Amino acid sequence: MLEIPVIRWGQPYESMEKDKIVHFETGEAVATVDNANAGLIKMDMRKQGKARDILRQFSIDQLCDMAEKAADLYQNATLPLGNGTQSPAEFCRMQSATTGLPEHMCAGNMKKNAYVLRNMRHTLEALTRGLPLEILTKGYGMESRGVMVSYQAQTNVLGMVLPSNSPGVHTLWMPVIPLQIGLVLKPGPQEPWTPYRMYEAFAQAGVPREVFCVYPGGPECGAAVLETCNRAMIFGGIPTVERYHGNPRVQAHGPGFSKILFGDDMVDQWEKYIDLMAESVFANSGRSCISCSGIWASRHTEEIAEALAKRLGPVAPLPMSDPKSPLAAFTVPGAAKAVNAQIEELVKAPGVTEVSAKYRNGDRHVAHERYDFLRPTVIHCSSTEPAIANTEYMFPFVSVVKCEQKDMLSKIGGTLVASCLTKDEKWSQQLLGATNIDRLNIGEVKTIQLHWMQPHEGNIIDFLFRARAFQNTQPPSH
Amino acid sequence: MSDTALAAKLAKAKELLDEHTRQTVRWHFNDETGCPFWLEKKREFKFDPLKEVNSFDDLKKFPNFEDEWLRGGPIRRWVPKGLADKPVYVFETGGTTGIPKSRMVIEDHWIDYENFSDTLPDEYFPRGSNWLMLGPSGPRRLRLAVEHLAQHRGGICFCVDLDPRWVVKLLKKGDISGVKAYADHVIDQAVTILSAGHDIKCAFATPKLLEALALKLMDKGSSIEESGIKGIFAGGTEFTPQWYRFCREELLGPNVYITPTYGNTLMGLACGKPFDPADNFKITYYAPQPRAVIETVEFEDYNQVVPYGSTGRVKLYTMTKELFVPGFMERDEGEREKPHDKYPWDGISGTRPFHEFAATTTVGVY
Repeated sequence: MLEIPVIRWGQPYESMEKDKIVHFETGEAVATVDNANAGLIKMDMRKQGKARDILRQFSIDQLCDMAEKAADLYQNATLPLGNGTQSPAEFCRMQSATTGLPEHMCAGNMKKNAYVLRNMRHTLEALTRGLPLEILTKGYGMESRGVMVSYQAQTNVLGMVLPSNSPGVHTLWMPVIPLQIGLVLKPGPQEPWTPYRMYEAFAQAGVPREVFCVYPGGPECGAAVLETCNRAMIFGGIPTVERYHGNPRVQAHGPGFSKILFGDDMVDQWEKYIDLMAESVFANSGRSCISCSGIWASRHTEEIAEALAKRLGPVAPLPMSDPKSPLAAFTVPGAAKAVNAQIEELVKAPGVTEVSAKYRNGDRHVAHERYDFLRPTVIHCSSTEPAIANTEYMFPFVSVVKCEQKDMLSKIGGTLVASCLTKDEKWSQQLLGATNIDRLNIGEVKTIQLHWMQPHEGNIIDFLFRARAFQNTQPPSH
Repeated sequence: MSDTALAAKLAKAKELLDEHTRQTVRWHFNDETGCPFWLEKKREFKFDPLKEVNSFDDLKKFPNFEDEWLRGGPIRRWVPKGLADKPVYVFETGGTTGIPKSRMVIEDHWIDYENFSDTLPDEYFPRGSNWLMLGPSGPRRLRLAVEHLAQHRGGICFCVDLDPRWVVKLLKKGDISGVKAYADHVIDQAVTILSAGHDIKCAFATPKLLEALALKLMDKGSSIEESGIKGIFAGGTEFTPQWYRFCREELLGPNVYITPTYGNTLMGLACGKPFDPADNFKITYYAPQPRAVIETVEFEDYNQVVPYGSTGRVKLYTMTKELFVPGFMERDEGEREKPHDKYPWDGISGTRPFHEFAATTTVGVY
């Protein structure tokens, strides 16, 4: 049995408390994971300054080289893990076994993480808008245009309270080590795989182990990470996002409510965009905050819903190891049943029709003894009023909503990714000004197609560093 | 100790428990000495406790004690007639929302903690030294009990209060910064007292508060040991083997003694088995028999004790002159442990919130 220890500034620590993580289909233990306790984390974090000191012994450029090496190791090498080793194929199998994500999707996420690591230099260049990177190391410096700039790190470490259900989120913390900030990871209970593999890949690529902590454990461990790291990210539902709203130390990532918005100028050509819509809804089994959960248009919404339902409705679960396996499993007991019941209730509202049911040839909810699936669901809403018009679930689910273009921006609510199909200049300007949209795509871009050189839910540079005044000569007289 | 010698101790303890059970039942169900609650209940029973309860096992004839009986008044219905002229305290548990459970007490909290005092090693809890009580006071018995313990051992107790009901409210609101600010407020008071030259050598603290205090002292370049504290007892399901190890190895260091306790307002205080490296930080509790008994019972049949080493729900019995509780289902579960030389009756280890309640219970708020 694989035994995975706590990592305390690079040192393995065997805890008295261990969790078994199990195969979601069989219940068979895949590994035991040692659990940290909150006090231990608080004790360790008293030494967090050392992590940044160690990392600043390397240039950011050197660390980007190491990230590139780490990308290859992460993607291709058999790496040590606890008391054993793990090949890339084993990584995908284990991640699938404990999270319910099909193996080929695990491999897809792996490729995405490796891509971000491999292109770290370009990513940092983009996120810093071309800032000479030694300014981040030194704290100040002269730009080529002759302007003194100063960036002050706001923390020595970044704490990450990670989820179990979405291996895609790991790209968010990849730039942290190259930015000379230590990493404190609290893995999701079912997904220790990426944090440990990434830690090992960085270490084998030459990053000192002493800049990493990995703390599996209960909610009190997450709370301790958030309390002791001056900058931290957490993933959760709306209550989590609301709890940390306005807290400059914590970036809370929740549901995305990502959408495709049709402009009146292009909606009559909707048939051209069926692939774009279907893939935005369906990719990664709809499990991501960037998965499309709403398609809004002023007309043709019935036809759009019908076409999507015809495409997605028949999709049924396949074994996790099948390279075409389309759906992730729900592994938390009762979760799928509760979601299904909620949808059944919400579709009773006036103006709401489930369009996919007739194409499904069976129930939405496919229950097994230890796990469940929810099959793709396409809803039509004849107005923006029903609650189901703007919701999001962890499976391929979309509401096609009839809404006048002029009303869309005031009705869509907070939207992480809006892919807007329009060439209307005036509306494009309004879209650019809409502060309720985080990532804006104007053009034929799927909601799930992220360019890694763009900031995601805020620029991590701005989160970790503060631009401030610095002078070492007198200013010109005035 | 040989098996024969232990068997003899077990038999003697069982005999004592049976005798104590008979005396307690006679007291509580005698019309002259019992409390109104039990005397009234007696009329509902299809058996006569005075005639048909002759051993501890006979307590299974009683229905399980319902904690709802403790909510609301009049509190006097719990005062045994035989003690009616004594001054009465009332202590509460729960109460964040709704009516708390109330237990009337006369001297039990003193007796329980005097008995507990006998288990504390003088080397680490020096007689005559002063104490710090870092935990809830208000309607809880803890403050008065720990204070009495200090006085019983010839010391004086300095107290810092914490209101767990307020903490639970803050947590339910999601006000994390409010919780942190309140915890800082409590810890600052403790640090101040420890720095004020009061010669405090012993302490009671809840695990969370002890942890926060130790870390705060470290931040100030000091430590629990440097503050003069030699012995600490702490309690609750948060006192886990991992936390025990963390305390001994990192938080407190080898020169500060810490011992776990388990208890509540109904039962009194169960002691931890003395530390033995061979136990690998497993924490085993033994109830203060015969005044209180802990059983580990099947989840499906609360009258059936689980085999040794198996998991079951905690069932408590309290048999003092002040209170009779013939089987109360505690909100915890754990593993049944074999008797120990020092405590020749069953123990329990691995106490944690009962799995059916765990998801909805806020534990260890203080």
